[in-house]
Amino acid sequence: MNDTVLSPEQRAEKLEGIGCKRKRVEDIRFVQGKGNYVDDLKLPGMLYGDFVRSPYAHARVKKIDTSKATALPGVVAVLTAEELKGVNLAWMPTLAGDTQMVLADGKVLFQNQEVAFVVATDRYTAADGVELVEVEYEELPVNVDPLKAMDDGAPVIREDIKDKTEGAHGKRKHYNHIFSWEAGDKAAADAAFEEADVTIKEFIVYPRVHPCPLETCQCVASFDKITGDLTLWGTFQAPHVIRTVASLISPIPEHKIHVIAPDIGGGFGNKVGAYSGYICSIVASIVTGQPVKWVEDRIENLSTTAFARDFHMTTEIAATKDGRITGLRVYTLADHGAFDACANATKWPAGLFSIVSGSYDIPAAHCLVDGVYTNKAPGGVAYRCSFRVTEAAYCLERAMDIMAQKLGMDPAEFRMKNLIKREQFPYKSAFGWEYDSGDYETALNKAMAAVDYAGLRAEQKAKQEAFKRGETRELMGIGVAFFTEIVGAGPSRACDILGIAMFDSAEIRIHPTGTGICRLGTKSQGQGHETTYAQIIATELGIAADGITVEEGNTDTAPYGLGTYGSRSTPVSGAATAMACRKIKAKAQMIAAYLLEVHDDDLEWDVDRFRVKGNPERFKTMTELAWAAYHEVPPGMEPGLEAVNYYDPPNMTFPFGAYISVVDIDVDTGETKVRRFYALDDCGTRINPMIIEGQIHGGLTEAFAIAMGQEIHYDETGNVTSASFLDYFLPTAVETPKWETDWTTTPSPHHPIGAKGVGESPNVGGVPCFSNAVNDAFAFLGSTHIQMPHDHWRTWEAAEKLGLHT
Amino acid sequence: MAKQQISLTVNGKAVEALVEPRTLLIHFLREELSLTGPHIGCDTSHCGACTVDLDGKSVKSCTVFAIQANGGEVTTIEGIAAPDGALHALQEGFREMHGLQCGFCTPGMITRAYRLLQENPRPTEAEIRMGISGNLCRCTGYQNIVKAIQYASAKLAGVPFEEAAE
Repeated sequence: MNDTVLSPEQRAEKLEGIGCKRKRVEDIRFVQGKGNYVDDLKLPGMLYGDFVRSPYAHARVKKIDTSKATALPGVVAVLTAEELKGVNLAWMPTLAGDTQMVLADGKVLFQNQEVAFVVATDRYTAADGVELVEVEYEELPVNVDPLKAMDDGAPVIREDIKDKTEGAHGKRKHYNHIFSWEAGDKAAADAAFEEADVTIKEFIVYPRVHPCPLETCQCVASFDKITGDLTLWGTFQAPHVIRTVASLISPIPEHKIHVIAPDIGGGFGNKVGAYSGYICSIVASIVTGQPVKWVEDRIENLSTTAFARDFHMTTEIAATKDGRITGLRVYTLADHGAFDACANATKWPAGLFSIVSGSYDIPAAHCLVDGVYTNKAPGGVAYRCSFRVTEAAYCLERAMDIMAQKLGMDPAEFRMKNLIKREQFPYKSAFGWEYDSGDYETALNKAMAAVDYAGLRAEQKAKQEAFKRGETRELMGIGVAFFTEIVGAGPSRACDILGIAMFDSAEIRIHPTGTGICRLGTKSQGQGHETTYAQIIATELGIAADGITVEEGNTDTAPYGLGTYGSRSTPVSGAATAMACRKIKAKAQMIAAYLLEVHDDDLEWDVDRFRVKGNPERFKTMTELAWAAYHEVPPGMEPGLEAVNYYDPPNMTFPFGAYISVVDIDVDTGETKVRRFYALDDCGTRINPMIIEGQIHGGLTEAFAIAMGQEIHYDETGNVTSASFLDYFLPTAVETPKWETDWTTTPSPHHPIGAKGVGESPNVGGVPCFSNAVNDAFAFLGSTHIQMPHDHWRTWEAAEKLGLHT
Repeated sequence: MAKQQISLTVNGKAVEALVEPRTLLIHFLREELSLTGPHIGCDTSHCGACTVDLDGKSVKSCTVFAIQANGGEVTTIEGIAAPDGALHALQEGFREMHGLQCGFCTPGMITRAYRLLQENPRPTEAEIRMGISGNLCRCTGYQNIVKAIQYASAKLAGVPFEEAAE
């Protein structure tokens, strides 16, 4: 059919732009096993590196004997801290302003810490070499408990900074103290508590967990001695940041470093940081003159590269007796492990934790976070989360239930009463954030209607009565959670990484025949960027999404960007894409005016073309204008049709959602069945609803895993006891609940297309929703808070403590 | 370490090779034969990213030695599509139903489902969930993977499948 006879709606549909459930372009290669992941890479002469790791959580390294390993045929080199000192790389800077050992320098500070790097001709020989390295240790006292870190006489974790009274974020009050960070108004919050009718206080722990993507962290480093160029392929969520860090810590200038992130098998925050494996591979390639590959195994992944949470939050709410919140106070002890390697924006040592006033109109609030060192792995990444937002949402949403319980109010009713009202937006929170947009009451009402909330409460009441009469051993719990996220970091006035402002970028080139390529500073790890960015361009420029190639992950070709984490791709690079399109469109309009011999202002945009106002038969399509841009531009105009945009967002975006779940608990076994989980998300403008729903399913499944079973657990001597899939809970298709998803749409007023970001919402809202459901089941018996994870054992134990087994 | 001669069929092609007895099948496939579709996700046979078909059974090739496949017939994700390149109903179903995100578990997941649908051509949802419970996915929450397999099951049986990806 000729395009000219299609209606504007039909032409728009063919573009597969914003709002289309477009099938993913990535899938064609993935379903055929033709993805290109780091470990698929094979280079001539490539060597393999493997780590010797510490069996102890805290010990002095007395002696390292590498002679037997180096004598093994096939072993090419063994690196220790001594070798790294020669190139000034025994320690590396962290994103949080601390320094971190690359290889053990004098002592080890956590179990499985990297001690030596064995490089061999194949991975089996490298593993053989690891076995032959002999290390003599002298054990030291261990502390893995953040609550004891600042005790008198606690083991000194960091001898290198023992006497430093100033850290990267101000004064240190103990040799194991890293930083104190506070927000809000302490005096106002304290006054609210003094005057309150009702207060609650609960110690709420968000345990240490791990993002655990199915593909571990890995890289291949190849240094060319002739040209002095370093090429580094790796599992990098932020390739440009890796390039800049590599150039800052090595003598190699940044233009000689080529970082390439190919397909990435999931990230969830794990692949933001810089790890010892990358540094050792680079050094080994420089030393040997050959490419060196490093691939983590699963135990190494779970026990060394990154962890998340480990926040110990004393949470208090003050309220009037009729249920109006008047104050909030949170004191958090944050366990950062042996080095402060948190992946936060540099000025924010506790991330965006001050979103802790959540979705409620709270007049006075204060939070204080103390970071401490322990003998645990460093990290502190945002596991499917925007910089500590999950921790904030969890402690607040648990505390909301506890206050409702004390007031004798229904948890949903208590929330409804305190939600920020639609007419209050843009809303300034007590912590100073300006929430962009929201319609919270509509969302919660819709959620409650969808699940027949009143009916569920009536059923629960009947079950509780039956339980008391001894007619059933099953308890029913209803979980309610309402969350507000803060994503899309960020305005450069507030956020930077090592001094680099947190903008992001898009560069678009339209080819003469009307197709094009878009390159970005972000990096998909499964989010479907190749599909969705093209949809933004399709709507903005009237070019079919199928005609746009989206390319990320090559620092030589992509414009500089800060990468993909904290739900920032759509809010920041999505905005950059739209803005770059608008530059191209403005030029196209001038070309169209020239060709149609009218003034620019006499033209109007119509899906995929500029037409003359009042004379729609006279038009130039974007395809025609692309050709003209390389063929006959107006006199004085540069030929070509391309644009780049570096987008510095004016504010964060604030996605929100209302979640309700139902669980049934067997009090004699602790077994908890998820009967229902309903999730309503509002992420502003929806670019690809199919991909959004997929993101929500995945995030809810990760929330289910965290709430119901995940914990990176250490015994008191510092052994990590949950570092393989034997012990670390990843749900299978059998345990995973069925998800019901829903939405409202409240566009962001400051984002060019109104989008807010979505990938992390389900984790932020899902964890408290599950935890509230389990806690709710026991609340009528007087229980206020049961710590996560709610595995069968802990739930049985909670029932036991309540005397339900006698 | 002394190498041993093995001969096997991989994706319909005869293969002869010398391997160390300790070489795992996954490393043999990925590094010697450059079949990089199957992946390594855990080393302990929990995640199933390395799933291949060996003599009519799904196996986790990270816990099978290459020499154990001697004389056997192996199918990997690269051997699932038709010789003319037409996608298998499962490959089509995973795309249609949004049954994948990062793609890392997908080759193992599809290869497992390929065997499941031969064991049980019209499985119920519960049978699909149990049937793929040896394969972990961190991205999708499984709901659309189940739909993808239902799509393929219907297509192979020649019956309509009306549902869309959620």
